[in-house]
Amino acid sequence: MKWTRRDVLKGLGGIPILGAVWWAGAASAVSKNRERAAILEQLNIQPSLPSAVKEISGDPVRVGIIGFGIRGEQLCRALGFATKEWLEEMRLAAEEDPNHSRLKDFMNQDKLNVKLTAVCDVYDVRAKKVIDSFSTEETKIQRFKTYQEMIRSGKVDAVIIATPDHWHAPMAIDALENGIHAYLEKPMTHTVEETYRLKEAAQKSKAVLMVGHQHRQTLSFQTAQDIVSKGVLGHVSLVQTNTNRNDDNGAWNYHIEDEATPQTIDWDLFLGSAPKVPFNKNHFFRWRKWWAYGSGLSGDLLTHDYDRLNCVLQMGIPASVMASGGIYTHNDGRNVPDVLQVNMEFPNFSTGSSQKKGKEKGMTFVYSATLGNNFSRPTVLMGHDGTMELGNRLTIWPDSRSTKYADQIESGKMKPSVPVYQYNPGASVPDAVSSATSQYFADKGLMWTYINGARVDSTFLHLREWLSCSRNGGEVSCGINEGFDEAISAHMAGLSVKLGRRIEWDRTEQRIVPIEGIDFDEVLLSGM
Amino acid sequence: MTETKGKWQLKHSIVLLRVLIGWHFLYEGVIKLYNPDWTSFGYLATAQGPLKPIFLAIAQEPMIGWADTLNWMALMFVGITFLLGIFEKKGALAAIFLLALYYLAHPPFPWLMQVNVEGSYWFVNKNLIELAACMVIYQFPTGQYFGLPYLFNKNKEQTKTETL
Repeated sequence: MKWTRRDVLKGLGGIPILGAVWWAGAASAVSKNRERAAILEQLNIQPSLPSAVKEISGDPVRVGIIGFGIRGEQLCRALGFATKEWLEEMRLAAEEDPNHSRLKDFMNQDKLNVKLTAVCDVYDVRAKKVIDSFSTEETKIQRFKTYQEMIRSGKVDAVIIATPDHWHAPMAIDALENGIHAYLEKPMTHTVEETYRLKEAAQKSKAVLMVGHQHRQTLSFQTAQDIVSKGVLGHVSLVQTNTNRNDDNGAWNYHIEDEATPQTIDWDLFLGSAPKVPFNKNHFFRWRKWWAYGSGLSGDLLTHDYDRLNCVLQMGIPASVMASGGIYTHNDGRNVPDVLQVNMEFPNFSTGSSQKKGKEKGMTFVYSATLGNNFSRPTVLMGHDGTMELGNRLTIWPDSRSTKYADQIESGKMKPSVPVYQYNPGASVPDAVSSATSQYFADKGLMWTYINGARVDSTFLHLREWLSCSRNGGEVSCGINEGFDEAISAHMAGLSVKLGRRIEWDRTEQRIVPIEGIDFDEVLLSGM
Repeated sequence: MTETKGKWQLKHSIVLLRVLIGWHFLYEGVIKLYNPDWTSFGYLATAQGPLKPIFLAIAQEPMIGWADTLNWMALMFVGITFLLGIFEKKGALAAIFLLALYYLAHPPFPWLMQVNVEGSYWFVNKNLIELAACMVIYQFPTGQYFGLPYLFNKNKEQTKTETL
């Protein structure tokens, strides 16, 4: 058989096309991979693995819950106790939307070696809910009228404190002084004075204090620490954090229950050290809106954002704070601001420099919040060499004027518009987040983290670490020192917005620089 | 004569169509084969339309690994069959199946959110057009005129005359 030129052309013509296309595709993919590998090698970022926690061995830890409101209920779930009502609600939600995985996540959560034995809540309905939902044949949950009785009852080894802010320190101090481990919700304290008393109590006590900044368990934040310490971003001069909310729930206008009456709520016990006012359901359910019991944006949300960055940067208490704001979106009788801007100065802080020695030093941390707009502004760390968006995901862009990456940018190997690194531990899990507020928390790494692709409640990890340390010893990731930084920084912001002036921190004396004629705690507890 | 000429042109047009589509499929397949980090997860996880639950299920472990492998293998199979002119009917069927999946994962229906798409479409998009083109290739195999089968075509002389 003899092949003519036409035969070869028509019979074998496809082969060179095939070869060319194959070569072009392979060459392009391989060279992109190589460029990517080179960049990754240069950045040398180590994605964090979950830290090992020693087992909570022996008898179950006996836990008492103080305050079974919205957060108290979430904390109990993270501990492994969900109310019947919640289980039913989630079952229905999962039926409606197959992506709704809250129930599945809860069921898959590892079981902790704990026993819920006691509840303390001034509201009968909530205390009853705990007893009805979590009592078992062997462990009947006991209700205590006061936290003092619970702590001294011999029925609890540890307490979870999820009350309004003005009760945080008194309860935690009493627990620690009596050798009872305490998990304390943020903000750690309500006044400056009690922050020092709590610090002393924690340092003296053998019991373990954990402050409820659960994002410290988020893997992306641990990876972010590695990124910053390796100088990937260069000198970070500005950090921007935000609260962007635009709904009633986000503005603390929580549901007011019909069952709440002076008969079902021990009103005097709720008030405690707060000014005596007649029974008021609005104050009881929406206490975050008044300085007497809460601390608005600075205590509820700035604390989270501050601690997220303190976890990554370890920048400590700012040298000074200036804040401004007002009640501009929810003029409903509240006295805490709903729009708040806080600038914290760290003139001696540096994340390292790629430029001439001494040129770069100092950083401003900005917290910008509104409860009247939901546009999702991300948290960004802005360095001379790069910008990092920080959340459950991490994204890093090289800066077009970077010194460190000048060559790669010049040669086109790096493009300022293309991220050089992205860390998304949850990439293989589609999310279904039910409400705007949940999404807000999820984006900030406050709701869950991902371990081997599985979604894990970060509060569960935080509680587990606390319980493990209480049994086995060891350092908790958010103890009194981290809590002290958080509380003082938040109080400085609160003071600044109320006084309209710069509040300074004296590092040597470890105190807020006094202002003549002004009692800081009086200012913190009073209205705007 | 006009009819013969028309047939000649049709044949060549279909050959051209076959080569271009083969080129496109092969390149898409090779790019994925040589990029170890490539995954169809994003495309599947953002799926829209009536078959959304199915695509979301495929996006889960361990299905996603299979889906990724089968995808590049199928893409390359179509590319090779179309470029070499062998098993082109099987290739065309595979291509129609793949394109139907791509179309259904992100159908350009006006009431659906359009994610991961370029261009503006109303019911008809490029996937659907390429799918229809593959139907033509299925109906008119052209391996006899351009491709390996040409070499072994016993009726070559006749074909040659015909094409003249």
